[in-house]
Amino acid sequence: MTTLRASRRTRWSPTKIALMVLGIVLALATIFPLVWMVTGAFKPASEVNGSAILPSDPTLENFIYVFTQVPFLRYMFNSFVVSAAVTVLALWFHSMAAYALARLRFPGRETIFMLIFSTMLVSLPVILIPTFVVVRTLGMVDSYAGLIIPAIFNAFGIFLLRQFYVSLPAELEEAALVDGASYWRIYRSIILPLSRPILSALTVFFFLTNWNSFVWPLTITSNPDLRVVQLGIATFQQQYAADWNYVLAAATVAAMPTLLIFFFFQRQIVESIKSAGFK
Amino acid sequence: MKGIELARTAGTSSGSGSTRPASVGVTRARRERRAAFWFLLPDTLGLLIFVAVPMVLAIVLGFFRVDGFGSFDFIGIDNYVRMAGDPQFWSSVRITLIYLVAVVPLIFVIGLGLALLVQQKLPFIGLIRSALFVPYVVSLVVVAMVWQFMLADRVGVLSRVLGLFGFENISPLGEPSLALATVIVVTVWFQMGYYMIIFLAGLQDIPGEYYEAARIDGASAWQRLVRITLPLLRPTSFFVLVTATVAVMTGGLDLIFVLTGGGPAGATSLLIFYIYEQAFLFGELGYAAAVGSVLVVAMLAWSLAMFALTKGGRFE
Repeated sequence: MTTLRASRRTRWSPTKIALMVLGIVLALATIFPLVWMVTGAFKPASEVNGSAILPSDPTLENFIYVFTQVPFLRYMFNSFVVSAAVTVLALWFHSMAAYALARLRFPGRETIFMLIFSTMLVSLPVILIPTFVVVRTLGMVDSYAGLIIPAIFNAFGIFLLRQFYVSLPAELEEAALVDGASYWRIYRSIILPLSRPILSALTVFFFLTNWNSFVWPLTITSNPDLRVVQLGIATFQQQYAADWNYVLAAATVAAMPTLLIFFFFQRQIVESIKSAGFK
Repeated sequence: MKGIELARTAGTSSGSGSTRPASVGVTRARRERRAAFWFLLPDTLGLLIFVAVPMVLAIVLGFFRVDGFGSFDFIGIDNYVRMAGDPQFWSSVRITLIYLVAVVPLIFVIGLGLALLVQQKLPFIGLIRSALFVPYVVSLVVVAMVWQFMLADRVGVLSRVLGLFGFENISPLGEPSLALATVIVVTVWFQMGYYMIIFLAGLQDIPGEYYEAARIDGASAWQRLVRITLPLLRPTSFFVLVTATVAVMTGGLDLIFVLTGGGPAGATSLLIFYIYEQAFLFGELGYAAAVGSVLVVAMLAWSLAMFALTKGGRFE
């Protein structure tokens, strides 16, 4: 299993040194905007547009302002509830569907799989308006249900899990079936425990995706109490457009959970992307 | 129709399975079918309601004028006639195509280049990989806000760096031609790490012996790239081209929304933004759906063609 970590052995050569320098320069240039954001969030208004990277006198003032002016904790709570609910329900339903598509025999299996697969590349933005009309018809506008339920159904997760289940050995369920175990039992006691690595990778991936989601919450909610964090910072930015120190603090608050998740779960994120590469 | 067929089978088997002892094989096949039905139910129902129905509705809605909440007037092809004569629609199509033609090759080449770089065994390569990838995990809203800060007129960091070289008064987000270029740069910046990882996975599947053999035969690094890496990377390359095209054509709404608002003077109004604007800012749900249906049909044709080409996602 490969991770973002590297192996230790290195033989030095001019090419290697040149490549390393190139890598470091590219890496620094890439993270510069994010570093600039985080350090800017600690600068007072007088300094935020200055050219020093580090604040001369770091202050928490901007964060305090953001949290006292706007119900940011409420926004973060909403984002957390929505992301967690979508992740749990999606993984549950997707692993069930994937199990059936990969391990059970029934007429029309290939057709159903093909239909599910073909929905994969029609992303939400393309069908935003009709989805909005459907959700409105179901009476889910301005509700947690409207934020959560439509976000669950995405063929991407089904597809990845199915690929994983197809690769498991066929003898796996034989003994259990001969013993008369139900398919539900096999799914719970054999398939789910084996799926732990891919499920944990998808958990991180789904949570991040939903934490970062903006367009759907923007479309489906108007009640400020239901505002998610991305919507919260976008609204905040519109109000405080010139006060970059506050805007950067708000952006940092919204990005911090994703950055922390990234540092702790890099391997899961990378694995989920790699398995998406149709390996 | 398959669902109904399955439901009928499930119904009969639950009735007869318990009362009449059938041969073991038949019972087991029925049990299996019935189980498959229940396992598939939540996702199929959800995908039906929240993806399939909207896909069909996307096309149906295009023939209606939608007024306020829930009033639908059938107006035939009026929306499409209007679209054909709408310069803003054509401008959005043009901008989307420019964006597509710029971004897809850039993320392809940069993604591959970065993957080739970070697969090397070098000190700190883990940190370098992480740094190149990290923009991808941050939300597009945050990305847009950070870049707005960096590109702000006069006070932004880029403006001051350019000032040092004598380029005063350059406004990356205020100038129509520069604004689209800026959106392209930002898109590449946050997407490149994702494609780097995809390419890295592809590279790691290439057996090391091929390179050993080529080295013994005296092949240069360039020859090894062109003769071994690129041909063996074909499935990955194909995947990247297809998914990047879809992602670029239908994504970026959040970015445009916060970074430029489609401006200046509509210069960054991608089709997807134009649709959103028509629907939710001007209340033209029917017209917006008509524009959207063009995109739905294009994407559907694209995904079906891809399915056929890849034999259901399983490469040879």
